[in-house]
Amino acid sequence: MIEIILSKYNYWIFAALLVIGLYSMMTKNNLMKKLIGMNIFQWAIILFFISIGAKRGATVPIVAGAHGHDAHTIVARAAEYVNPLPHALMLTAIVVGIATTGIALALLVAIYKRYRTIEEDEIIKELRK
Amino acid sequence: MIREQEDVIIQTVCRIFIPFMQIYSLYVLAHGHGSPGGGFQGGCIFAASFVLMAIVYDLNEVKRRFAEKIVILFFSLGVFIFAGMGLLCLLLGGNFLDYGVLSTILPVDPVMARYYGIAAIETGVHITVMAIMVSIFLDLLTGGLHEKAVEEAYDRDNTQ
Amino acid sequence: MKKLLGIAIAIAALMVLLQGIKDLPPWGDPGQPASLHVSPRYIERAVGETGVPNFVTAVLADYRGYDTLFETAVIFTAGVAVLMLLRRSRP
Repeated sequence: MIEIILSKYNYWIFAALLVIGLYSMMTKNNLMKKLIGMNIFQWAIILFFISIGAKRGATVPIVAGAHGHDAHTIVARAAEYVNPLPHALMLTAIVVGIATTGIALALLVAIYKRYRTIEEDEIIKELRK
Repeated sequence: MIREQEDVIIQTVCRIFIPFMQIYSLYVLAHGHGSPGGGFQGGCIFAASFVLMAIVYDLNEVKRRFAEKIVILFFSLGVFIFAGMGLLCLLLGGNFLDYGVLSTILPVDPVMARYYGIAAIETGVHITVMAIMVSIFLDLLTGGLHEKAVEEAYDRDNTQ
Repeated sequence: MKKLLGIAIAIAALMVLLQGIKDLPPWGDPGQPASLHVSPRYIERAVGETGVPNFVTAVLADYRGYDTLFETAVIFTAGVAVLMLLRRSRP
């Protein structure tokens, strides 16, 4: 039991980040804090994917000293390089996260201009009047 | 950030620093094939140089160097370059985004044709990401009204 | 009341995640399913087929170039959406 906990401690950290993000999204009153909770949730997922692609004793996924015309002579063995596929997928995920956060911040600015507050309960009280 | 700042030390240091940031972003773009980097990373660094200029100087300085119409033109120029490369490969007889058939118009073998195709699309991604980051920053900074925010900031200073 | 409900749901989510973590392969194992099917093929043939020594750029821009095209379209759409939300011309 203790070996299971100690050998996978990195997955525990990502689970903790995910639950912190989920809790912030659900219970905080301020809309900005909910937005930051969503951001934390998303970064927990991205870090989890990147940590899946690691290999023991492997180096970064770049071949050293290969340029252009002598590319046909390079031999790359799969066990020496870290898996490049999660890195490529997560680059796309990071950019999509930037897009989502940018639009959410623009919505917050528009809400503030209309209601003059960012607290969720005051906005709901305004809407119900 | 919106009205003019006058701090001599910070302005002098940043005047030297901003062109180095822009050259570094082009370096990261160009060496994307041999070291970590590529289009997205270079575009974010280039946009960060404009953000630094907006923080240290006036908002009008950024507008003078990177006009609004050119920002909006760059939004679609990057996507156009990327999709245009794919359509070019389709017109030359291969599949969509199959850069091997570019060897019929460029004087290189198919392996190096894929190399040049990758370099071209990374440039397109760099242009789009840079323009988007600058545009989102300027919109969030002034709440949508660019020139009116500058006028209101100066009016608030004069009436106080 | 909202805080208690939030804490209960968060602890339930943590329990579900721990059940999943128990079944994951050990960290850094070269035989795990994520490194097996198409990833060794990309590593062994990327430099020979594309001439680019960086495997991440070769996968992102050549083998999975279609994903990168639509991701550029996504960030373009986000920029246009922020433009439409915040710029209004009021007389």
